[in-house]
Amino acid sequence: MFADLFAYFYQFADVFAFLVLSAAGLAVIFGMMGIINMAHGEFIMCGAYATTFAYHAGLPLPLAQACGAIVAGVIGIILEAVLIRPFYSRPLDSLLITWGLSLVVTQGTLIVLGSSMPGIGTPSGGFHIGEYGFSTYRMILFAAALCVLGFIYLLFKRTRFGVHARATMQNAGMAQALGVRRNRIYALTFGVGAALAGLCGALYAPTMTLIPTMGATFIVESFVTVVVGGANVLLGTAPAAVALAITRTALNGLYGQVFGQIGLLLAVVLIIRVLPEGFSGWLAKRAS
Amino acid sequence: MLHLLNGPQTMGNGRAFWACACLVLLAALIYPVFADPYDVGNFAYFLIWVFMALGLCLMWGYGGMLSFGQTFFFGIGGYAYGVLSVDLGSAYGMALGNFALAVLLAGVAAAILGYLMIYGRIGGVFFGIVTLAVTLALAYFLGQTAGPEWAIGKARLNGFNGMQGMSPLSLPWFGGDIDLEETPLYYFVLVLLVGTYLALRMLVNARFGNVLVALREDPQRTELLGYDVRRFQFGAFVIGSMLAAVSGVLYTAWGQFITPASIGLPAAAMPIVWVAFSGRSDLTAVLVGTFVLLAAFQTLTIYSEQAALILMGVILIVTVMFVPHGCFVGLGRIAAWLPRRGRTVRRPSAEVG
Repeated sequence: MFADLFAYFYQFADVFAFLVLSAAGLAVIFGMMGIINMAHGEFIMCGAYATTFAYHAGLPLPLAQACGAIVAGVIGIILEAVLIRPFYSRPLDSLLITWGLSLVVTQGTLIVLGSSMPGIGTPSGGFHIGEYGFSTYRMILFAAALCVLGFIYLLFKRTRFGVHARATMQNAGMAQALGVRRNRIYALTFGVGAALAGLCGALYAPTMTLIPTMGATFIVESFVTVVVGGANVLLGTAPAAVALAITRTALNGLYGQVFGQIGLLLAVVLIIRVLPEGFSGWLAKRAS
Repeated sequence: MLHLLNGPQTMGNGRAFWACACLVLLAALIYPVFADPYDVGNFAYFLIWVFMALGLCLMWGYGGMLSFGQTFFFGIGGYAYGVLSVDLGSAYGMALGNFALAVLLAGVAAAILGYLMIYGRIGGVFFGIVTLAVTLALAYFLGQTAGPEWAIGKARLNGFNGMQGMSPLSLPWFGGDIDLEETPLYYFVLVLLVGTYLALRMLVNARFGNVLVALREDPQRTELLGYDVRRFQFGAFVIGSMLAAVSGVLYTAWGQFITPASIGLPAAAMPIVWVAFSGRSDLTAVLVGTFVLLAAFQTLTIYSEQAALILMGVILIVTVMFVPHGCFVGLGRIAAWLPRRGRTVRRPSAEVG
């Protein structure tokens, strides 16, 4: 009985972790800056590649993963200054710019690094409950997803940077008049988002094949989580991920992976028909 | 009706423009006489894609809805044509019937998706990412249909390798159908394209187009003036998506194959690049620009597909950063401005950009 329940929970946790980790970076950038980063998948790919390089260079896996996140974050900060900054008042244009970037990066990686590279084996460890066996690494991913949610909450609610970032989001001109350095806030926020994307790639690098187009594997899930979550990351992402993970786990179990994905999408389209501003818009309305 | 061909929502309304257009059309009509059939087939291939670019121009440039789902409807049209032509055959004009059915099916899909999004008031960036998510999911779904259980009638979907072996388009004719391949296909596509282009010009200069432009500029004001904004957006979305399906059907009929790769990334980004580069606010600019970009892309692809795609990405970035109105719209404005220097402007200068 307990083993069965745990098996359900395990599958839910697996999907939940995937949704949260892949969406976190996108949600931070969208929620704080109103920009949909179409190159999100490429930041994930960048994190995974950097992790793999660091691992093959001899670093232990956790350190290599930290490297992956940091590399993606630094690249994010640079790109923000060069490409994104002129387009804050034109969100659709920044969407196009980042999409162009994604094309360039994917195909560029194909040319420079080839169509695949040697990966990292999944850390083996496992445990048994009842007659079922479970992978420890999947549980670590679940824990990492919870940590990421906690980190976002603390960063934006409890630190000085977070206060400045939320002030800038609400009214950039007023925040600037009060002495907040707007450009620095934007650069750092974008960097945090990119680093979270890189972290996602770093964490999933041991579990998948490393190909230049691997970002596309994450992008649908990250998009739908952000769309269902709505504009406010702090309120929306977690409930959206829970709702979608339950839907997906149930559909996976009943009809298989393919219908899991398609059903997930149908659920999303129906949810936004009912709640056009996503969970966070709905929650904010109820609270006020 | 015909007076609607010219109007405030299209560039190129003067006699000089139509004279040039007629010359270009004439050149296009006699081109197959001088070229070998292979090149004519290639030329037809470029024209095939223009339909989906025009559709995107209508919804994005005129209606302000940035849809990333053109290849979604392209795929529905293409696969539907493939399945129908394998199952129903193509004799006695059935090929054209399949064409119409496939486009209609895509229209139904567009109506469902459009209803959920537009009547759910999804706008701006969300419109783009929902359409892209749907597109990627279709590509993923079709990519895993390799097994024999994924068949509709006799038609196997064949997963990642795509469908093959459907019949080309054919026209019913006395004493046997005419298969539309190479030169005949070229003329068929050309006639269809000219018809579509003129019809779209009339559409955007009619009341429908004027309201569409108004709601692009300010949806709230348009609504306060008494128009049901959603109905016009919905109409533009369905028409634009069906044009993508026209491209899909013609593509499938042209090469007699279609794969999920023409739905997913990076294919889904291509219509955006063409339309953004050409200038989304004008049909003529999109028509010409798309053709030019496709020809350039094809030439580059011979050497390296990756390099060609990188160039497309760079073009998108550079266009948005430095020529946000689009290159061919810019050229058109210069062309319209040159002869008028010194003369008074006769038309009211409706701002289209």
